[in-house]
Amino acid sequence: MLLIRCPYCGDRAEIEFANGGEAHIARPADPMTQTDEEWAQYLYMRDNPKGLIAERWRHAHGCNRFFNALRDTRTDRFVTTYEMGQPRPEIDAAAAAEAAR
Amino acid sequence: MSQAFRVPGRGRVDSARTVSFTFDGRRFQGLAGDTLASALLANGHHLMGRSFKYHRPRGAVSAGSDEPNALVAVGSGPALQTPNLRATQVELYEGLAAVSQNRFPCLQFDFGAVNTLAAPLLPAGFYYKTFMWPRGFWDKVYEPVIRRAAGLGVAPTAPDPDHYAFQYAHCDVLVAGAGPAGLAAALAAGRSGARVILADETAEAGGSLLSDRTSRIDGRPAALWVADILAELAALPNVRVLTRCTAFNYGPHNMVALNQRLTEHLADPAPGMPRERLWQVRAKEVVLAAGALERPLVFEGNDRPGVMLASAARTYLNRYGVACGKRAVIVTADDSAYRVALDLHDAGVTVTAIADLRPAPDSALVRAAQGAGLTVLPGTTIQRAHGSTRVHSVELARLLPDGSVGRGQRWRTDLVLMSGGYTPSVHLFSQSRGKLVFDEELGVYVPGEPADRTRSSGACRGVYRLADVLADGAAAGAAAAAAAGLAAVQAPSWSVDVADEPGRGGYVGALPRRGKGLLAMAFVDFQNDVTAKDVKLAVREGFQSIEHIKRYTTTGMATDQGKMSNVNALGIAADALGRPVEKVGLTTFRPPFTPVTFGAFASHARGDLFDPDRRTPIDSWARAHGAVFEDVSLWRRARYFPRGSEDMEAAVRRECLAVRGGVGIFDASTLGKIEIVGPDAATFMNRMYVNAWTKLGVGKCRYGLMCRENGFVYDDGVVGRIAQDRFHVTTTTGGAPGVLAMMEDYLQTEWPELDVWLTSTTEEWAVIALQGPKAREVLAPLVDGLDISAGALPHMSLAEGTIGGVPMRLFRVSFTGELGFEINVPARHGRAVWEAIWDAGQAAGITPYGTETMHVLRAEKGYIIVGQETDGTATPDDAGCGWAVSKAKADFVGKRSLALPAMQAPDRKQLVGLLTEAPWEVLEEGAQLVARPDEAIPMRTLGHVSSSYFSATLGRSIALAMVAGGRAREGETLYVPMEGRTIAVTVTKPVFYDVEGARLNV
Repeated sequence: MLLIRCPYCGDRAEIEFANGGEAHIARPADPMTQTDEEWAQYLYMRDNPKGLIAERWRHAHGCNRFFNALRDTRTDRFVTTYEMGQPRPEIDAAAAAEAAR
Repeated sequence: MSQAFRVPGRGRVDSARTVSFTFDGRRFQGLAGDTLASALLANGHHLMGRSFKYHRPRGAVSAGSDEPNALVAVGSGPALQTPNLRATQVELYEGLAAVSQNRFPCLQFDFGAVNTLAAPLLPAGFYYKTFMWPRGFWDKVYEPVIRRAAGLGVAPTAPDPDHYAFQYAHCDVLVAGAGPAGLAAALAAGRSGARVILADETAEAGGSLLSDRTSRIDGRPAALWVADILAELAALPNVRVLTRCTAFNYGPHNMVALNQRLTEHLADPAPGMPRERLWQVRAKEVVLAAGALERPLVFEGNDRPGVMLASAARTYLNRYGVACGKRAVIVTADDSAYRVALDLHDAGVTVTAIADLRPAPDSALVRAAQGAGLTVLPGTTIQRAHGSTRVHSVELARLLPDGSVGRGQRWRTDLVLMSGGYTPSVHLFSQSRGKLVFDEELGVYVPGEPADRTRSSGACRGVYRLADVLADGAAAGAAAAAAAGLAAVQAPSWSVDVADEPGRGGYVGALPRRGKGLLAMAFVDFQNDVTAKDVKLAVREGFQSIEHIKRYTTTGMATDQGKMSNVNALGIAADALGRPVEKVGLTTFRPPFTPVTFGAFASHARGDLFDPDRRTPIDSWARAHGAVFEDVSLWRRARYFPRGSEDMEAAVRRECLAVRGGVGIFDASTLGKIEIVGPDAATFMNRMYVNAWTKLGVGKCRYGLMCRENGFVYDDGVVGRIAQDRFHVTTTTGGAPGVLAMMEDYLQTEWPELDVWLTSTTEEWAVIALQGPKAREVLAPLVDGLDISAGALPHMSLAEGTIGGVPMRLFRVSFTGELGFEINVPARHGRAVWEAIWDAGQAAGITPYGTETMHVLRAEKGYIIVGQETDGTATPDDAGCGWAVSKAKADFVGKRSLALPAMQAPDRKQLVGLLTEAPWEVLEEGAQLVARPDEAIPMRTLGHVSSSYFSATLGRSIALAMVAGGRAREGETLYVPMEGRTIAVTVTKPVFYDVEGARLNV
């Protein structure tokens, strides 16, 4: 069971959390001006990287707050978690390599 | 004669306490401290089981959890017999009853053994090759026969009466294995103040030291050193030592699962004691001290009872005081077997010969054996072990310099001990995703770079010399404690005065033999009956990857997870492939390390505790009034209230008519409720729901419909505006958590600027629905003067007030099509208010009704149920709710998707009603609809029946359906193909009763 650091509550077991899919996909400010293709892109198209992914988590059985996390999909290692609204953090090569190990 | 093979003065068993037990119904005696295997061996009884495929007679080959052969069932009765236990791990207690498995009619004589004669016909992949045709035979003939013939124990048939405990734990350092390395690690970490858990799968900590009569640590016998360390650990409050506790799964982020057996070894456990406890330990650091396992040698007849690992014979002798035979032949590729020979010799066992596969073994130990007068045969291999239910002789032969095998010589023996060197137990390390690396010098795989915060120490990483093992363990324990954040302390150290140097030799693969050995049965995997020939055959048939060879031959796939077999199988495959072992790779070690009972995994989660059971405040009343319940998500809801001998159909008819003709009372407390409060509450509602909310006045209600961003209906419910900045939202019973999560998602991540608070109030309110033309006359006298007349409180409005002094939110809403109220009161008053209404309604013939009647009544009115009419691909318009969608709003969740061309297609499935020709004919929900009854198969389905009931009000059946282009088909006849017949139906509007809604507005 993964150990996930909620930015508000600290380290908690995976069963307290719900994964919320890829992060940093903003809802268009005025959806009605989007073309069908743009809207389909927003709705359905997601990255599936082999490596670091920025994704949303919700501390469902805790503070119920959403936050973002950087996780390596190969190892399930979390590099960091950060609050909603923050930009995706820059990760140095050493931390990325550690996550991939 | 009882316990003829017991060696007085040897072992850690209690010779003063005799224990009686039965094996296959025969009475035996052992001693307190014995395992089932050691006690049977003390009685000279080697035959303990029959093998999986060939039904070969088998005895214990090891003395620990790596045992592949001696699998027994312990306990009696349909609930209590536990199959497939390793006799080498079953602790003896007074009255223990064990039986052997996989034999008929009895262990000594088994019909299934005929399979051995058929062995040439049962090669690797036999099932795949043979049972292909005819295809239909697999289910009815092949599989049942194979399952009866193969398979080991029989699962219990009655529910398990025992209970099992569960425990989460956190620690700084978890040490897996309490042998010399583990004890040293635990002590080093413990002295630093770290919270330490030390777990060992056996009954007594000490590991190999408990079988060691030679080594001396700090001048004292090894076993006394163990006692000293355990005493110090016991005195440390930060250290917990768990015996009979197996670390069986190494999960991500250092979550290690332990299985502790609490009562299995007791004749008479205290009542209420859990049988096992499952631990989930989150450790900051893990020290693996799992030790090493001796490898068997692969030669013909190596599975005959009486053929054992050399280390096992030493353990039986020194730990249990049992000589496994009278005349031993030892075959070895490692020095450690010489110590076994000397120990046996000391105990009076005749060691006939030590055949050493190495051409010129020479060490202090070898010389000691020679000095004791033992016959050492260098450069000698074993050709074959003879015997059936017990080995009686072996053929030893010279290994010639050209690699061939010379003429054999027969030696009489009743005990053949084999030592192919040691394999580090890397199971847990491999489970932790750590990479294994091949150690050239030792010729085995050892832990490489760890993937988690884990350290391997001692024999499990190929460190075998006792002095090195202790130092390695102490260093690992100290380093783990420091890594967990504790101040570094000096690691303890000990001097080892006398010790052997095991593990420097070894043999991998099948032993060389003279001749082709076409019929030779040389076992690699004892438990799955895989022979060396099978592995070679797999390679010949083209399998290259060791993972494929494993699956094709099933080697290493038994419950022992290849503890003994993996390395030898690898060696044989490498040889056949003509590649070095390290280039062939290793298969994955999977959890569990040893089998774990289902009871331990289920722990408390069974029966009433399997799932949370949500009950409304009125549940107890419903139970007292004979309600029949159904589960709706986690809620327990009253389904109907039968009177006398009524069945559901009769009860529902009566309840329906009572509501339509008088007044019914219904517990709607399970409705999801969310309080949405704040200056931006209306803005938030406008964005979340398809409806418009700005103009909804305070004190008014509206049916709210919610889509997901993809435009499909997600949930619905009546929403009341309590104040300008406060909405009382209701959701479906099952949808409440999802709706709140979705609302929180948008609020937190898309629109954090909105000043709105969301609170789940589902369990704050009890909701009593009072429905029917007489609802107002029952309720009016109870509401403390509140005017609930049609003028003051029209349909779809709400009022706050009190009912018998209890605060109330009163909604004038209806899910039945009748005059209706939903009375919301604080949950703690729910039952009292319900009973007050019940009493007041007696004169009006008030009738309680359940979910089934609620379903029929709403279907008569064509009200949808989200999740029944809709399935995640229905738009509001598809579901007949297009009227609810605001045209004026610039945006709401789902609006853009609803504008996609596909969402407007005329042939989308739409909600319609269906009427059968025969009024008594009730369609099956889920039945498919087609255009023509004689259409060729596969027919094109136009849709399906989503709801179907008999309507007592209308005196006929009704159904709702989702049909492609359904609304344009009104009046058409469609067909429902059922088994053996086809039912014609007419498409109608989805509202069957009071189409104009006159009964609502009264």
